[in-house]
Amino acid sequence: MIDLPVSSSQPEPRPDGPLAEFAHLDTLWFQVAGTRCNLTCHHCFISCSPHNRNFEFLTYGQVEQGVQQGLKQGVREFYFTGGEPFLNPDIRAMLQLTLQHGATTVLTNGTVMKPDWLQELKAYQAESRYSLEFRVSIDGPTPERNDPIRGKGTFVRAMSGVEQLCEAGFLPIITMTRTWEDHEDQPILDAFRRTLAKHGCTRPRLKILPRLQIGAEAKRTQGYEQEDRVTELMMQGYDVTQLICHNSRVVTNKGVYVCPILIDSPGARMGASVEESLEAFPLGYAACSTCYQYGAICSNAATQSRQMTSS
Amino acid sequence: MKLALFGGVYNNSIALQAAIDDAIRRGADRMICLGDLGAFGPHPNQVFPLLHDYSIDCLQGNYDDSIGHALNDCQCGYTDPQDNHFAQISYDYTLANTSRENRAYLRTLPQQVRLEIAGKRVLCCHGSPRRVNEFLWESTTSEAFLEWMFEENEADVILATHTGLHWQHQLSDGRLFVNVGVLGRPANDGTQNVWYTMLSETAESEDLMVEFHPVHYDVERVCAMMRAEQLPEQFIETLQTGWWTTCLEVLPSRERLNGRW
Repeated sequence: MIDLPVSSSQPEPRPDGPLAEFAHLDTLWFQVAGTRCNLTCHHCFISCSPHNRNFEFLTYGQVEQGVQQGLKQGVREFYFTGGEPFLNPDIRAMLQLTLQHGATTVLTNGTVMKPDWLQELKAYQAESRYSLEFRVSIDGPTPERNDPIRGKGTFVRAMSGVEQLCEAGFLPIITMTRTWEDHEDQPILDAFRRTLAKHGCTRPRLKILPRLQIGAEAKRTQGYEQEDRVTELMMQGYDVTQLICHNSRVVTNKGVYVCPILIDSPGARMGASVEESLEAFPLGYAACSTCYQYGAICSNAATQSRQMTSS
Repeated sequence: MKLALFGGVYNNSIALQAAIDDAIRRGADRMICLGDLGAFGPHPNQVFPLLHDYSIDCLQGNYDDSIGHALNDCQCGYTDPQDNHFAQISYDYTLANTSRENRAYLRTLPQQVRLEIAGKRVLCCHGSPRRVNEFLWESTTSEAFLEWMFEENEADVILATHTGLHWQHQLSDGRLFVNVGVLGRPANDGTQNVWYTMLSETAESEDLMVEFHPVHYDVERVCAMMRAEQLPEQFIETLQTGWWTTCLEVLPSRERLNGRW
């Protein structure tokens, strides 16, 4: 059992929607920084900020317990997210732990890491047979694109983080949330490759993410419409393996949730332990329609847009 | 029992012939190809007579399913637009140049084969036992996942290909996973040779012996054929340099760092 500071033994009702069967625990996520972040991005789907205490830091013990529970299920990889994972003082020890058991990915805003921490992590990676991946969120190839979303000066600070990662010998994946029209993807990717090359990142790995119209983003632009729902009909012939609710769960300080996107939805809490969390989940939230459309949003693989079929 | 295991041929009949010759020279009792006969290289139809002449048992990889059924793409499982751009060039070429008869043969192939060698339950598949196009990379396949996969499939040995990189991992209880490598392009290591796997019973040990064998073949001849077929220069560069130049975005960082691009 995850050590729960908040007692909530009664499960919240699940939403109505077509069931996504759970196949196998490929990926176990840790909401390691809770909802605390040094930045306050205006499009954050769980509204992270320095003051958001909806979810607290995970302790080393909670991560260790989650790892053990995951290993019993045959877990393949571990992902760390927040908030900003590097705010958690135990993050490096946690990464050392998970790298002993599987490939590990950290989702970071790139503004908190220090060069000596990266050297330490480099040593942990060298001791492991698994990959250590860094995903750095930067929302465009220029401060003009990025800073209005992520905060003044964040482009320069995040690029400095990318430089540090490249200098340490890592190959960071840059993720950017699409706050532009779909047809602008290619010029923005090309511009980003040029920018990264100037900062010493000569083998750029780039991933564009769709916007999730919940949390802060719902206030910045607008929330989902009533018709933005996955229906039974839409699931016919659909490859459910690309949805992370089919093969992942996320450990938080309040229990285990279906995915990192829905932790603000009480009905997405699956149980107190990994074992309890492995049942099928109804794709009943509006944000599920974005995962349906783009697949693999949260995993390291690039995303593909698909046409929303009949609803 | 000596079993020669070939991974993706990717239309490279010259490398396949060299691998067959090497396996026979080393005393292989049986040869199995784990699928993906097409892709990347020139003249798809030249692969098939070798498979028939040497009685090579073939599995149906994702590429073979696609070509056999004339699907729209190779189902390789790439998600990055650049990866897919180059994959589509290969695919359209291979589909247009594979005969009706060979496409019918591809449709007959099984996706998995089970064998018993030295009392061990051996499962041959293409990507993974659960998904034909799953990438099982060395640096992202945990021991816990392998254990689950062996239990789930009631197997002691699992053999796969699909990623293009050969590797093996043995659990402390002896259960064994082997990615047998591919014959169609080099292993992103700066050398031109490609790789196949020999799995053998030995008198000394209960464990099966795994040997990865490099295959040297006439690279320039294949490159000349590719140029004549107007296949992309990037593919030719890969064969000549031993470094992957396309379909790289799918690599985890450890495997990507081993390459040049």
